[in-house]
Amino acid sequence: MKPVPLAYSARNLWTRKLTTALTAGGMALVVFVFAAVLMLEAGLRQALVATGQYDNVVVTRRAAGNEVQSGIERSQAAIIESQPEIAIGAGGVREVSKEAVVLIAQPKRGTGVPTNITVRGVGAQGLALRPQVRVVSGRMFRPGSTEITVGRSIAERFDGVGPGERLRFGGREWTVVGIFDAGGSGFDSEIWGDGEQMMQSFRRQAFSSVIARLVDPAQFERLKERLEADPRMAVDVKRERVFYEEQSEMMANFIRILGLTLSVIFSIGAMIGAMITMYAAVSNRTGEIGALRALGFRRGSILVSFLAEALALAVLGWVAGLGLASLMQLVRISTMNWQSFSELAFAFALTPGIVAQSFAFAVTMGLAGGVLPAVHAARLKIVDALRAA
Amino acid sequence: MSSLKLILRNALRHKLRTGLTVVGLIVAVLAFGLLQTVVDAWYAGANSAAPNRLVTRNAISLVFPMPLHYREKIRAVPGVRGVAPFNWFGGYYQDPKNFFAQFAVDPLPFLAMYPEYHVAEDELRAFLRDRKGAIIGRKLADRYGFKIGDTIPLQGTIYPGVWTFTVRAIYHGADAKTDDSQMLFHWDYLNETMKQRSPRRGDQVGIFMVQIADPQRSAETGLAIDALFRNSLAETLTETEKAFQLGFVAMTEAIVVAIRIVSFVVIFVILAVMANTMAMTARERMPEYATLKALGFGPGYVARLVFGESLAIALGGAGLGVALTFPVAAWFGAELGQFFPVFEVSAGTVALQVACALGVGVVAALLPGRNAARVRIVEGLRAIG
Repeated sequence: MKPVPLAYSARNLWTRKLTTALTAGGMALVVFVFAAVLMLEAGLRQALVATGQYDNVVVTRRAAGNEVQSGIERSQAAIIESQPEIAIGAGGVREVSKEAVVLIAQPKRGTGVPTNITVRGVGAQGLALRPQVRVVSGRMFRPGSTEITVGRSIAERFDGVGPGERLRFGGREWTVVGIFDAGGSGFDSEIWGDGEQMMQSFRRQAFSSVIARLVDPAQFERLKERLEADPRMAVDVKRERVFYEEQSEMMANFIRILGLTLSVIFSIGAMIGAMITMYAAVSNRTGEIGALRALGFRRGSILVSFLAEALALAVLGWVAGLGLASLMQLVRISTMNWQSFSELAFAFALTPGIVAQSFAFAVTMGLAGGVLPAVHAARLKIVDALRAA
Repeated sequence: MSSLKLILRNALRHKLRTGLTVVGLIVAVLAFGLLQTVVDAWYAGANSAAPNRLVTRNAISLVFPMPLHYREKIRAVPGVRGVAPFNWFGGYYQDPKNFFAQFAVDPLPFLAMYPEYHVAEDELRAFLRDRKGAIIGRKLADRYGFKIGDTIPLQGTIYPGVWTFTVRAIYHGADAKTDDSQMLFHWDYLNETMKQRSPRRGDQVGIFMVQIADPQRSAETGLAIDALFRNSLAETLTETEKAFQLGFVAMTEAIVVAIRIVSFVVIFVILAVMANTMAMTARERMPEYATLKALGFGPGYVARLVFGESLAIALGGAGLGVALTFPVAAWFGAELGQFFPVFEVSAGTVALQVACALGVGVVAALLPGRNAARVRIVEGLRAIG
């Protein structure tokens, strides 16, 4: 079976520039929305997954779900700290950080809308447990002082948190001494200070969570079983990475469900667009199809030729849509994470998976829109087709 | 009159193409309507807020409580009619996925300031007599099949342990805007249990709902309340219920903005489809338009034919799309009741749907209409589709 030259399809698209542009443009918008939604979800997951370390564990009160709602008494924290699975660092100190996590409302820059920010009081080992955190301006807070260090996203989006400025919360003035970067993770949207100081100023007797590094990540199950069965406390023990993944679950699901519903609805519109275009292409070229058949091209070749034209439209749309979507990587979004009830900033992330998924999506749209008209074209009878011209 | 007939005949000539275009329009109008309704649902809390209700909370943020004795001090502020302590319970039923709003409230002052919650007299009395009783909204009762007398065990997240409540009353919202998917129970039950379990957490109030006599003086009353507690351990921030609710919306603003943008993108997608249809139609009919002109019809008449056809298709799609929006929104609302307690298609949404469809119809006909009006008779007659 001799195929119809591809140039025939390509030149047909070129001849009807307006129609081609409109159809491919519609598809490009759909691909853009599809890719942007997946990128948003990927960005959210990346931010929260990067927040957790695989060999760290987070202990919170049972069923609390997040750190703000949780409470771990000092005596319970001491028991957790003395577990044999927990690593001992330099100087014989246990690699444990007992943390106090609270929310404060601060006006956002530009809009002035009060927004919840996570304030984390970390223990002496808190920094050692998060190797991704590094200071980019100024310095870290000194333990035992009323100094605080703010995450990069907070410094970008809120007023009054530059180095040297003072922030008032918990009945005290706190001096900002530096800005840290946590590699796009959730910590970028937090303010850090000394744990004990925070406990005092917020008049808390209980920590929010205990973070600890395991000697060997494989010992996690043993630690989890023992602590969760301990009658002196009711706690949940989770790997830090899992803990933060769960924090993103509700939002990620929301974005995915809404986004995919939209993409499906939109794709129906775009498929219809492709179908209209291809049907018109077939009916306008009925005479040509007859001529091609008379020249010896088979039905299959005609089918493939028209499908190729629909696919070319889809690929054009994919290139334009993905190109637009990749520009979205420059955008950082900040919103409230429902599960932690606090500000979280994250970026659109383009992954190879999304490139492939959106390509498959575009090709499916093109095929679905092109197949009926192509079959129609292939089934035309030579005589009828020639007579139609 | 005859031109109207011609327009309709023209529109129906390519049944397949017109049908596909109308389906595309229906999908777009439907999607647009649903997205607008999602945005409306976001603002539902703010829209149902009453001007005579204020919310007093800890100035640091919502997660910090205030001592119970603030209630008497707030009540003594001139212009204040009633004060109800109000705590977010944040529990879940059987599984974290089964989440709905639960509030511990002081029932009498609370229900007095929420007249839109209708509770039958005898049910209310039964609720007041039972300290572990609960009032639940009609929608919530429907979702889980709760009936009066049922026991609801809730796993606390903020307040540890499993709490059991007995349904004693079901409230109905006064209108579609009222959130009837909440559960209310006695603040005293929460407080006394907490006093036993962890005494430090007793007598702590999440927010105070404050009813005021004169909505005109809400700002002054709010300031007077905050002045009482300045420089105390728990300074307060008092705002109207509406401002309080809008604060929540503002925190998730980025999502609302994204949905709004997307809802207009769908209009552009369908514009591309519709414009394409009209361009192809006009191109194919150039010889006819030229014939009409040769018969003496002016360019205005020919352009009107193109516009009329485009508008007829757009209106057909819009009508069907709007009609479909209501059942689909009802289904959507039932599925996503957890996220959106109030999910109602507003009149404004319908108006916007129709306006967008008309806009698409007009814009899609602009270029083809102009081409048809300008075509020279000789060229048009010569043209092949």
